[in-house]
Amino acid sequence: MASKTLYDKLWDAHLVKQQDDGSCLIYIDRHLLHEVTSPQAFEGLRIAGRKPWRIDTNLATPDHNVPTTFNERAIGVEGIEDPVSKIQVVTLGDNCDEFGITEFKMQDERQGIVHVVGPEQGATLPGMTVVCGDSHTATHGAMGALAHGIGTSEVEHVLATQCLIQKKSQNMLVRVDGDLGEGITSKDVVLAIIGVIGTAGGTGYAIEFGGKVFEDMTMEGRMTVCNMAIEAGARVGMVAVDQTTIDYVEGRPFSPKGENWDLAVAAWQDLHSDPEAEFDHVVVLDGAAIAPQVTWGTSPEMVLPVFANVPNPAKEKDSSKASSMTRALEYMGLTAGQAITDIQLDRVFIGSCTNSRIEDLRAAAAVVEGHQVAKTLKQALVVPGSGLVKSQAEAEGLHTIFINAGLEWREPGCSMCLAMNADKLGSGEHCASTSNRNFEGRQGFGGRTHLVSPAMAAAAAIAGHFVDVRTMHKGAA
Amino acid sequence: MQAFTQLTGITAPLDRANVDTDMIIPKQFLKSIKRSGFGPNLFDQLRYLDEGQPDQDSSQRPINPDFVLNFPRYNGAKILLARGNFGCGSSREHAPWALLDFGISCVIAPSFADIFYNNCFKNGILPITLLDEQVDQLFEDTQAKEGFELTVDLEAGVIRGSSAGDIAFSIDSFRRHCLLNGLDDIGLTLEHTDSIKRYEQKRRQQTPWLFAE
Repeated sequence: MASKTLYDKLWDAHLVKQQDDGSCLIYIDRHLLHEVTSPQAFEGLRIAGRKPWRIDTNLATPDHNVPTTFNERAIGVEGIEDPVSKIQVVTLGDNCDEFGITEFKMQDERQGIVHVVGPEQGATLPGMTVVCGDSHTATHGAMGALAHGIGTSEVEHVLATQCLIQKKSQNMLVRVDGDLGEGITSKDVVLAIIGVIGTAGGTGYAIEFGGKVFEDMTMEGRMTVCNMAIEAGARVGMVAVDQTTIDYVEGRPFSPKGENWDLAVAAWQDLHSDPEAEFDHVVVLDGAAIAPQVTWGTSPEMVLPVFANVPNPAKEKDSSKASSMTRALEYMGLTAGQAITDIQLDRVFIGSCTNSRIEDLRAAAAVVEGHQVAKTLKQALVVPGSGLVKSQAEAEGLHTIFINAGLEWREPGCSMCLAMNADKLGSGEHCASTSNRNFEGRQGFGGRTHLVSPAMAAAAAIAGHFVDVRTMHKGAA
Repeated sequence: MQAFTQLTGITAPLDRANVDTDMIIPKQFLKSIKRSGFGPNLFDQLRYLDEGQPDQDSSQRPINPDFVLNFPRYNGAKILLARGNFGCGSSREHAPWALLDFGISCVIAPSFADIFYNNCFKNGILPITLLDEQVDQLFEDTQAKEGFELTVDLEAGVIRGSSAGDIAFSIDSFRRHCLLNGLDDIGLTLEHTDSIKRYEQKRRQQTPWLFAE
């Protein structure tokens, strides 16, 4: 039999039918829903008089515009102050109730960011196809699943048919060899990768992340990396299944049990690329060469090591790139040649589907413990990814560390990653953010986002500007 | 879905690479539970000088005179000319909905982000990928002549009206067929109900843990 990549295997296992023109029907094992991209899909079903094909594959939770302050959350949906946000959260609840779909509602401890909740519950498993009306669905590829974001029409299509019409992507391998230096995290790895291949470098590809760095990485680290595959243009990011994956999945509420567990684990042993498998494109990075990363511009590819200086567009040969750089510098209020460590910050955001899991919070807490947030900062937010992450963090006393250091400890949700709720940047404000997009206005009208790891965000919160977290580890704060 | 066969219209040039879907329709407008009404907020942050809010009357807001869609010469544009990686970022289908609601049903660019590209076809919008130099030529055409119009003929796979002559383009045959006939994907897929059920039976045996009641 011909050698296959992990993506080939996942694709072949879900192929329902291939048409003569190359378009394929792909079966979907898990469909995650949230309040922003689903209402029009449910409405479409109703208008056409259609019913969901297979109810038990759907799992919903509101995340994008739920409030994150304790007071607004205390009395439930009725307490949501923004009436438009409230309608969307209520509509998700009504739709799930009407169609019989399992939903972790806002007051449920299991509620959270859909890409944190899925793996946490064992609702996304190795070998599955996972889709959601959200581009960061690639996160679930960390489980050795084929996971990607879809639009609302496709949400309706999956609800009605359990399938999607797809064309197969090409295979890309991003291999990071060697060992990461001390203080370097999965976020630095993925930002460095995007810096190399660019925001459109992965367009048309499914990316498999391989090499020693990913073999050594925890599941939560792998989720951070796969989460940002879309920021490199790839709808799909994934990592092969190994013992780390299986240990993570075992015992979770939706994970298989008993005899089914044994059958599943046996089947999952094949979820890796064959040794001889060929990729259409291979990118290799040296793990040891990766430094803490900070984005300086308005696209995730505009990223540099923390000790670098903001680039000079005049030195860029490609005129289109130079004009993008000029525009980015203007929007960000930065000057060419300025040291990244000289960028003064107004706010810090630790959260989002990229970095709001327990390991992220532990990493941030370890940096801020015993320090105080810089007086020049207007706000430093910590927003856990789910109610269960929040409980775990509180059981470990992390919330006390954050609060004592002057950070705000919030309720779970997407929050300032995209500022659909009340958590947002003011115009012109600089934010060190552990989220995934630094687009113009993403975190608020006129807001200026710098993407970093949780440890780097925490270090920046203490210093009031960017610092190399590795120097803070040595007590130089 | 509205069929797309042939379109003639004013072509507006948006000279900017990596236009993301946050830029096409900012998040505050995603709170709507409808598919329509996004047109006034297309490119909101670029188009107006203030910060837009949902349910606001946009006709009263200060417009940005430097933004291309506000130039009188591109009034009523039906075709958008763009740069590489158009539609990157979020999967929000509100982006094609906003373009359509504004009156744009064809976007021409050197490359598109995958999810946006896919979403266009679900809404009767034709995204056309051309070579860089062909896109450059069209940008020059829009500059050279006020009221510059293109005719996009999907059936023939040709763009007419450029000073450099006709430009051929190709679209995947399934998508082309659906667009030309305004076909609903769900209806088409449900014609394969038997195949889906057969697959499900096989899958239930191979991976019983995915079918636990």
